[in-house]
Amino acid sequence: MTGGLGSIGIGPYLTVSAILLVLGVFGIFLNRKNVIIILMSIELILLSANLNFVAFSSALGDLSGQVFTLFVLTIAAAESAIGLAIVTVYFRNRGSIEVEDITMMKG
Amino acid sequence: MQTASTLFEIAVLGPLFACMVAGLFGRMMGDGPAKALTTSIMVIAALCGSGALFTAMHIGGMPVVVQLADWIRAGSFHAAWTLRLDTLSLSMVAMVTAVSALVHIYSIGYMGHETTPTYRFFSYLSLFTFAMLMLVTSNDLIQLFFGWEGVGLASYLLIGYWYDRPSACAAAIKAFVVNRVADLFFMVGIALLFVEFGSVTYDNIFALVPAHGDDTYTLLGTHRIYETICLLLFIGAMGKSAQLFLHTWLPDAMEGPTPVSALIHAATMVTAGVFLMARMSPLVEFAPDTKAFILFIGATTCFFAATVGLVQPDIKRTIAYSTCSQLGYMFMAVGAGAYQASMFHLTTHAFFKALLFLGAGSVIHAVHDEQNMFRMGGLWKKIPLTYGAMWLGSLALAGIFPFAGYWSKDAILEATWMAHSGLGFYGWTLGCITAFITALYSWRLIFLVFHGAPRDAHLHEGAHESPVWMTLPLVLLGVGAVLAGLLLAPYYVGEGQAAFWSGAIVNAPGNTVIATLEQTPELIALVPTFAGVLGILVAYLCYVASPTIPASFATSLRPIYLFLLNKWYFDELYDHLFVRPYRALANLLWKGADEGVIEGIPHGLARMTAGTAAQAVRTQTGSIAIYAFTMLIGLVVLVSTLLVFH
Amino acid sequence: MMTQIVFYVFATVLVLSAGTVVSARNPVHSVLFLILAFFNAAGLFLVAGAEFLAMILVIVYVGAVAVLFLFVVMMLDVRFAQMREGLQRYAPFGAAVGLVLLAELALAFSHWQVAQDIGSVPHVVAAPGRTNTAALGDVLYTHYIFLFESCGLVLLVAMIGAIVLTLRERPMGRRQNIDRQHERTVTDTLAMMTVPLGQGVAANGGFRRPEESYYIASVPGSYGVTADPVPQGKPVEGPLKHGADNHGGLAQ
Repeated sequence: MTGGLGSIGIGPYLTVSAILLVLGVFGIFLNRKNVIIILMSIELILLSANLNFVAFSSALGDLSGQVFTLFVLTIAAAESAIGLAIVTVYFRNRGSIEVEDITMMKG
Repeated sequence: MQTASTLFEIAVLGPLFACMVAGLFGRMMGDGPAKALTTSIMVIAALCGSGALFTAMHIGGMPVVVQLADWIRAGSFHAAWTLRLDTLSLSMVAMVTAVSALVHIYSIGYMGHETTPTYRFFSYLSLFTFAMLMLVTSNDLIQLFFGWEGVGLASYLLIGYWYDRPSACAAAIKAFVVNRVADLFFMVGIALLFVEFGSVTYDNIFALVPAHGDDTYTLLGTHRIYETICLLLFIGAMGKSAQLFLHTWLPDAMEGPTPVSALIHAATMVTAGVFLMARMSPLVEFAPDTKAFILFIGATTCFFAATVGLVQPDIKRTIAYSTCSQLGYMFMAVGAGAYQASMFHLTTHAFFKALLFLGAGSVIHAVHDEQNMFRMGGLWKKIPLTYGAMWLGSLALAGIFPFAGYWSKDAILEATWMAHSGLGFYGWTLGCITAFITALYSWRLIFLVFHGAPRDAHLHEGAHESPVWMTLPLVLLGVGAVLAGLLLAPYYVGEGQAAFWSGAIVNAPGNTVIATLEQTPELIALVPTFAGVLGILVAYLCYVASPTIPASFATSLRPIYLFLLNKWYFDELYDHLFVRPYRALANLLWKGADEGVIEGIPHGLARMTAGTAAQAVRTQTGSIAIYAFTMLIGLVVLVSTLLVFH
Repeated sequence: MMTQIVFYVFATVLVLSAGTVVSARNPVHSVLFLILAFFNAAGLFLVAGAEFLAMILVIVYVGAVAVLFLFVVMMLDVRFAQMREGLQRYAPFGAAVGLVLLAELALAFSHWQVAQDIGSVPHVVAAPGRTNTAALGDVLYTHYIFLFESCGLVLLVAMIGAIVLTLRERPMGRRQNIDRQHERTVTDTLAMMTVPLGQGVAANGGFRRPEESYYIASVPGSYGVTADPVPQGKPVEGPLKHGADNHGGLAQ
């Protein structure tokens, strides 16, 4: 089970990834006003997912996990590009990037 | 027979054509052409109607049934659009078209002062005539009912012709609704007939009548079915012919233009009930109890309406109650089994009542729409022709020899006497008293309107004789009122009646009333005439010789006077008995059931949906932060759920 | 032993820098610590033997994404100090949610076990002797080719989307309208003038160009003069008018 991970084992990886996930979630709550930091928190959450993928990939000796990590990276890059574009446009129009100011997301 | 049926078809369908052309294209073709068209077609129809009657009389071979179109075919039920030629329908058609033609001519003059186009009026008149013709020419009860309802519709339209007057609209609705009440019974009667005989065609029904004499049915006790059917049909006839308890619409119908009153009261509509009874004579003959009831109602109506007519100040209402009273005579004859006499009185009455109404219209026209007799007086020099016409009409109405009413009214009273029954005697007594009252109120009218000192100088000054369009029908009808009885008596009730009716009216084998009419004791036969003459004398005494007598009577017998003036309080009674409870119920259903429940449920649902949505909308804050939190909390909840259930 | 030390160093720095990312007062610091976190995550990937992914993480995330963040943070003129207001208000709630999540994850770990028949599941295994990068390539370009292509499409769409979102019409830009240029006829552009002898160019109104042809040929609004389309085909008539040129000062 610990295949490619050697003496470390999968447990520490998963622990680190869990802590990272919780930190990301906590970051979203903490930074209610700054959209950019919220985007960074999302990056952290995705990183924790990636860490899990890689850890299991190594543990099971299966390359699929790493392939999916690659896909996740792609999606994360696209997401941050679009997100930042939206933030830029929003800032240009409203002069603010405070999340709490974004109250027009309704029909 | 071919000639007769062709003439007949022209007479019947002409008014329909005139009505449709005038009604649909009247605006396009203009008022004058519409009037000319309807009137000329009606004159042609009248000539054809009379021509058909005479041709058919000479050739014989009736009844003939002409089918115009198929109408309803549903299972064993079959109704066609047909014209039935027999003496009954021919005489009715001749009478209806003749009176209608004269009314059309008269209307040209009477409606001359209207500011709005009158093609609508003439179209309605023709429609009215056509509906009545449909009624009388029907070969089955369904078409008769069609005509029946058509007459009701046309009367509604005509009574409410001046729709800008609230009283006219109310009167139109009242006429319609009261007739609906009666029509319900009529419809049930037709349905029962169909259930009993499996057919609504006269010939089929009458062929089966003698065989089913003892059929009964059970509803709250066992009844003979003929009695029930005839009673239901008679209640329908009561509504149309304004008999007691269902008469309330008739005086109010005076709200319509006077030519309409003449048409409704003389030739069409009110005579429909009498016609129905005569038409159903083969059936009515087998329902003795109903005949007794008819006699009772007829006699009572006859007396009731005459007493009310005695005190009315309105010239048209006086004549309207007179109509009601004369219809009572006709039903009396039906009840006594003398349908021929009833039809005879119907025909003569059509002439002299049309004459009286058109004369009254002429008076009203002369004094510029004043209808209160107590504001007239001394008009005879101003409008001599109308004066003469009213004299002729009143003489005929009062039954003075040799005018039309004498022959027919005497025939009816003799028939009631010769019925040799308690009720017959009741009818005879009331009929004779009514003959007295009839003469009294007729001459009261004449004396009040034409004699004495002018009560309203202004009205008197402005009075003028009517145009020739109006006087011509008066003259023609005057001739009719004088001669109709004399000429028609031998055919309708005299020696030649069996040959004349040739089976259109049936008397049961035991019913010898009409055959023994001539055997009435002479003294008895003279009583109505004496009563009439006496009435004229009393009227002279009261309104010319000593005009204070009526006033002193009114004061000393004030309760009776008020009772009569308020028409025996029938309107008030019905108001309390039906109108108010109905209005209260309708209000309850409107406010409670309709607005409360039926509208309340969808409204409540809508309000609930809207309320829920308004609450649900709050969750959609539009704040992206809250959305993000919701997602994360959702994640937590999801993981928790997974842990709990795994 | 050495591997473990390396792992724990990377892991500790990763967690600490991640914590700083979410709690730093200055967003620029956040971005910098994000970069540090990515570096350490790349280290953890290396420890796990995924060297290609580690490099990709460094190149793509640190080189592109994090720098993009940095650009945006620095470009937007935001008063970040103000943004920290209200931080304390939500911290307890966020901490509570985070702790619950952590507790639940810990609970999940404690009861976690590997499926019995994991060995029988078909694995995508690297061929013996291939490097991690080569093995990934083997799998990616064969077994996962469609997903890989789809990822390319996703990136393309993201790129187009970002451009569309941020593109602004520059009113002063000069752009061609090819169709209109092709539609032009000689009369639109060329005006024949009779110049009297002895007069100079200045006496005839100076150097001029046909009055409307530039408008006609250009994209509406691209000269910054007016966005309304200019009525076409109006010929220049008569002697040229002085001072009639209002073409943004370009005519003379």
